[in-house]
Formats: sequence, C-alpha cells, structure tokens
Amino acid sequence: MRIRHSTKSGETKVEIQMTPMIDIVFQLLVFFIMTFKIVSQEGDFNIKMPLAAPSEGLPDDDALPPMKVRLRADAGGNPAGIMLNDKAFSDWRSLNDYMIGIIGNERGPGSIQETAEVELDCDYNLRYEHVVNAITAVSGFVDDSGSIVKLVEKIKFAPPRPAGS
Amino acid sequence: MRLTTKKTSDMAEGDLTPMIDMTFQLIAFFMVLINFTQSEQNEKIQLPESTLAKPPDKPMDYPVTLHLTKEGTVIIGGQEVFMEGLKPYLQKEAYVLESQNRPLTEATIIIRAHRDAQTGKVQELIKVCQENRFETFALRAKEDVGN
Repeated sequence: MRIRHSTKSGETKVEIQMTPMIDIVFQLLVFFIMTFKIVSQEGDFNIKMPLAAPSEGLPDDDALPPMKVRLRADAGGNPAGIMLNDKAFSDWRSLNDYMIGIIGNERGPGSIQETAEVELDCDYNLRYEHVVNAITAVSGFVDDSGSIVKLVEKIKFAPPRPAGS
Repeated sequence: MRLTTKKTSDMAEGDLTPMIDMTFQLIAFFMVLINFTQSEQNEKIQLPESTLAKPPDKPMDYPVTLHLTKEGTVIIGGQEVFMEGLKPYLQKEAYVLESQNRPLTEATIIIRAHRDAQTGKVQELIKVCQENRFETFALRAKEDVGN
C-alpha cells in the first residue's frame, strides 16, 4: 500500500512573511504621529508703505482724507485710549461698528470702501496684539454667514513715536 | 487500514488583514495632513489672533519672513540678530532679487511679530526695511477660531 504525503499533493501554500512589512508600517506610523502638529491657519494684513512717498499731485476730490486711529498705551502696554479722528471709543467692537457705518454697503471701483485709508498712530510701548486688534476692527468683519466683509484695505502707520511716549 | 489524512494544525494564525487595513489608513491620514511648510515658523513667536486672518489665495512672489521676538530681536533665516544688524541680511535679499532682474516692489516682507512685542519695535523694523527699499509688508496673524 502506498501512502501519499499531504505536502506532495500539488497545493503548495506560500506563506508571506508579514513581520518585516508590519515593522516598517509601524515605524512609518510612529514617525507620522510624532511629527504631526496641528497648525492653526495664518493670514496676512497687507500694508504698502514706501519710504517718504512723494505726493503724486493733488488728491482726488472724492477720496476721503486718511482716517487717523490714535492708540494710547498705559505702562503695561495695554490700550488706554482708542480714538478715530478725535472721536473716542471704548473698545474694538464699537470702533468696528462705527467703521461699518462709515463705509456702508457700497463696494466696487471708486467706492468709499476702496478709496478710504486708515493711518495708525500708536504709542511705542503698545503691545502688538492690540495693533492687530485695531487693524481687524477697521479692515473688516465676519458676517452672520461666516464670510469676511472687507472695510478699509489701505492701512499705513504714522511715523513711529519715540520710545517712552 | 484507515489513514487519517487531516492533520490538526497546532499553530494558531491570527487574521492580520483588518489590522493592516487600519494601519495603512492611519498612515495615509497622517501623510496627507503632514505639513512640511513649518520652516517659516518659529516657536519663540506667538502670533496675535485675528478673526480676519485667512490664508492667502495665492502664494507671494518673493516672500521674506522676519520674526520679531518679544525682546525686540529679529530672526531672519534662522539667525537671531539685533535690529541694527539686520541691514546686511536685507541687502543680501535685495541683491538676490536684483540679480534676477526683478524690482524690489515684488518682494513682500512678512512680519511675524510676537503678540507682546512693542509696536514701536515693529515700526522700527518696517523703517529698516524701508531704508533698504522694501515697501510691501504683510503683518501676519493667527486665525482666531475660538468664540
């Protein structure tokens, strides 16, 4: 009688070595997890400020004069006074509401929104985050639908005040 | 005579397929989200937040990133320098741009200033750049997602 071995029956089972692949895959996974960092989005406020820009002829009649935003700081660098053309504001919200009232809903070429300009005049020791708050207040707002409505886009700085002012 | 052809295998083999599926999905997830553009960021700088800060639609033509620390020093290209020592670095940037026959107005100085930095320092930094004929600036802020 002949006894057949099961291994010689023709159905050869090829076993793939999974260990090296799993090793590498886990190494990749660990690498990506370690280097993963949630980065919040960043954005820019554009400012065009040539040095001592020569006045190019007379300004347009319909153009608004630059609105001067004066920011005073206390000893700690926090805002001690917010003024727009001699009108005082208690917080950024009220400044933003006032700007919305000035600019109105008109958009497009030649509109107030396009021609208006804001000049920031800040104390030397004012903390920078308040400057960004001021720029945010004058340059736009987020409406109910979550989209950004732009107000004044031309922003510049007044000549720097001396330290200790 | 009766022969038993079936052998009971004593090796327990776990099914690896679901685990490998999940692992590959995780790898794909992290690969897609990995951000290699952190080179222009600096851990010393905490940007101010703004609700209007949204990423630009298109990349800038020639960005030059300057970090302004809380202490008033400037970090450019990984080097921390005082405001007075910034001029050679800016001249180098200007030289690179001019060697490509491009005007300096194409360059944008991205100012990443610390939220607690003094405004006067930011203005001094802008003035130094203006003296080196740069005139387009971008004040960078972090998107305010909370409240």
